[in-house]
Amino acid sequence: MTQIVDRRNHGKNKSAVNRSRFIRRVKRQVKEAVARAVSKRSVTDMDRGDKVSISGRDISEPQFRLGSGGKRGAVHPGNKHFSSGDRVSRPLGGGAGAGGSRPSNSGRGEDDFVFELSREEFLEFFFDELRLPNLVKTQLAAAVDHNRIRAGHSSSGSPMDLNIVRSFRGALGRKISFRSGYAAALQALEEELLAAEESGEDGERIEALREEIATLRQRLATIPFLDTHDLRYNSRIKVVKPSFQAVMFCLMDVSGSMDQAKKDLAKRFFMLLYLFLARSYEKIQVVFIRHHTTALEVDEEQFFYARETGGTVVSSALTLMRDIIRERYPTSDWNIYAAQASDGENWEADCSLCEELLAREIMPLLQYYAYVEITEDEEQSLWQSYERVAQAYPNFAMRRIAGAEDIFPVFGDLFRKEVA
Amino acid sequence: MTRNYLSEGSEWTFDLIRRYDAAIAEVAAEYGLDTYPRQIEVISSEQMMDAYASVGMPVGYAHWSYGKHFMQVEKAYQRGQMGLAYEVVINSDPCIAYLMEENTMTMQALVIAHAAYGHNSFFKGNYLFKTWTSADAIIDYLVFARNYIRECEERYGEEQVECLLDACHALMTHGVDRYRRPQKLSTHREKARRQEREAYLQAQINDLWRTLPVKNADRESAQPRRFPAEPQENLLYFIEKNAPLLEPWQREVIRIVRKIAQYFYPQRQTQVMNEGWATFWHYNILNTLYDKGLVTDGFMIEFLQSHTNVIYQPPYDSPHYSGINPYCLGYGLFTDIRRICEHPTDEDRRWFPDLAGSDWKKAVDFAMRNFKDESFIAQYLSPKLIRDLRLFQVLDDDRSSELEITAIHDDAGYQAVREALAKQYDLGNREPNIQAYNVDRYGDRSLTLRHIRHDRRPLGDDIDEVLKHVARLWGFTVRLEAEKEDGSVELLKETKKED
Repeated sequence: MTQIVDRRNHGKNKSAVNRSRFIRRVKRQVKEAVARAVSKRSVTDMDRGDKVSISGRDISEPQFRLGSGGKRGAVHPGNKHFSSGDRVSRPLGGGAGAGGSRPSNSGRGEDDFVFELSREEFLEFFFDELRLPNLVKTQLAAAVDHNRIRAGHSSSGSPMDLNIVRSFRGALGRKISFRSGYAAALQALEEELLAAEESGEDGERIEALREEIATLRQRLATIPFLDTHDLRYNSRIKVVKPSFQAVMFCLMDVSGSMDQAKKDLAKRFFMLLYLFLARSYEKIQVVFIRHHTTALEVDEEQFFYARETGGTVVSSALTLMRDIIRERYPTSDWNIYAAQASDGENWEADCSLCEELLAREIMPLLQYYAYVEITEDEEQSLWQSYERVAQAYPNFAMRRIAGAEDIFPVFGDLFRKEVA
Repeated sequence: MTRNYLSEGSEWTFDLIRRYDAAIAEVAAEYGLDTYPRQIEVISSEQMMDAYASVGMPVGYAHWSYGKHFMQVEKAYQRGQMGLAYEVVINSDPCIAYLMEENTMTMQALVIAHAAYGHNSFFKGNYLFKTWTSADAIIDYLVFARNYIRECEERYGEEQVECLLDACHALMTHGVDRYRRPQKLSTHREKARRQEREAYLQAQINDLWRTLPVKNADRESAQPRRFPAEPQENLLYFIEKNAPLLEPWQREVIRIVRKIAQYFYPQRQTQVMNEGWATFWHYNILNTLYDKGLVTDGFMIEFLQSHTNVIYQPPYDSPHYSGINPYCLGYGLFTDIRRICEHPTDEDRRWFPDLAGSDWKKAVDFAMRNFKDESFIAQYLSPKLIRDLRLFQVLDDDRSSELEITAIHDDAGYQAVREALAKQYDLGNREPNIQAYNVDRYGDRSLTLRHIRHDRRPLGDDIDEVLKHVARLWGFTVRLEAEKEDGSVELLKETKKED
């Protein structure tokens, strides 16, 4: 007796729990790998998982096994030229296979174990480092979705979308139009037959008429009740959620005092803002402005990895940003966000100029401005100037950070608005 | 001959599977295959990977190592290093066989013949499976095991349970009874007796350790004999029954791992036979279908191609060589038995006087029922098969600078090759012989394990890690000794319990 069962929809992802336990076991290593991946990635490239390679040692499953050495006889297939009593040097098979001396369960060992993290798992680790609140995590990790709206009817589609009323209406019309010709002819013939029968003459004629009527009836019967080209489907088209485009300015101080560690931290700060924007806006442009005493618009590579030396004039970057906004990003078309990372150093006399630029010219154009100061030193004059701006504008956020876990609160307001 | 094809395209449907199954069942019955009822389940490739990862247990408890295996399988599959066509089949009653939805009708028919009839009849007929496993109770037991371990996780924390399972898995190969027949598994009996057993066991163990540790001076006199009196080979059993500090639930978890290891033990001893038997029958059954005009030429060509791939044996010097292919060897052996019965040569008459000319169906059935890999090869490996596979024996002695070819496929070598190959499939040779040798009951309560060495073959590098696991289970110091061929004993490693 045989039972055949369709299990395809049962128990999918049965291994998910085992998989997550495995990842938990190698959490520390995965974390490092994710951090490495993040520093290699572009700010805008957050929507995929990554390959993670960890050493086999932590995840070995030890058992009592026999090691190599001692005296061991083995039988192999495929002898070509050996005779009994021959002596050959190790390894058997001249190294090509080297299989002869290899134990059969060579699956162990300390080779790197490579596996693929899904996008969700990757973001989970990224968020973990940033100490994001859970609600925010789920918001950010949710894939961008589209709305499907109705767009009339179409002649093709999936059975689910079949519009029954429309289809029948079409079928009815077709049937009426096809029948009308036959119906008139049929009526005429039937009347003639009746007349012929009443008159009772010409049996041959009656027979012919009957035959003709039968053929017509048959024709009528073959008109299909519902034909494929009657079918109408509700047509739905994908439209992206009503949203606007946004531009994100990344401003970073690249003077000598910003070392690579600080830049990496800044990168996470920019990434987080990007992730946030990516789920609110369909189209995002990113503008990178780096500055020391003068400011320059650069690509991402130069932004993070080029090194400059010299003093710091923050206002140069702000001026450049203002000019770019005026030139390319009219506020009627663009939502503008800015994120600035710096170690807080600035030329004394420049601070009041920055305050003025921000308060008078830039802030009125922006949705949000986030500033992080990566430093452990005392507050400096730039911080004080910015504090005054923050008092005037609620959409100006600033924070001093020492590690990745401090970044998120800068965006607190931004996310809170979203949650509510 | 009438041609009445079951199907002509490569697409499968449930109806077609039913019809093929019926046709295969008919042929199988003609050949006298005795099987459990079959449950054929159609699954997706992802579910197949699940099944692979959980080593063929349809219901498993959660453990990270299964996640690791899943990722390995997934990677290999995505890279195309591995086809998932064959054959996960569960030794249960009814016998569960999986078909993957991506496969063609030909492959589905092949897997039905191979797994649902071939392996199935082996599970039902082979003496090892009959003696050591209870097909009707295994699913129930696995469900019980999963629920019990989940309960433990809720009560004692996932980390503790994971730690315990890690340790048990490390000893899994040394957690089987090789000679004593285990009790039948049954869920409700398990449940009913569990409580009773827990209480009883704890009392036993308390009794065993009742004697307080005594001073060193009195030790010699107070220690009249070793414990255990005879060395014990089932380490997990020994620990479950005797480890001083384990909680009852921990003993139960050890028991679960032990029972599952025991359930898989016959499979490890009959790999060549089991695969050989299933391959032999899918080949014969599908060919019979073709002779009956039920399948097309295209079907046969696709089938033969994948059959040939399965039984391919790369020679020893090929980069693809990784030992003898059990499908090839097993299929070769069963096919050879049939050949010897039907068309014996003079050589066969000399080597197999009873077999030559007898009824081949009875002969293969007898072979399937009464042997395991080791004895099967020792009994049936014929000179012809040795020649066909060009088998030769190599002696690898680390005291000699070169390898020695000790026997090849010639008159002088047949017997030696046969014996050597049979020995190669003796689990006792493949796995180290390690036994629980002594417990210092009156002193520091340490446990001594002893490795009885054979042919000077040492243990692998894992012993440090394994001993840490043993120490975690035992709760006190654990030592590992090696007993050499001359009877001298060497201490390999001593591991104190870490806290």
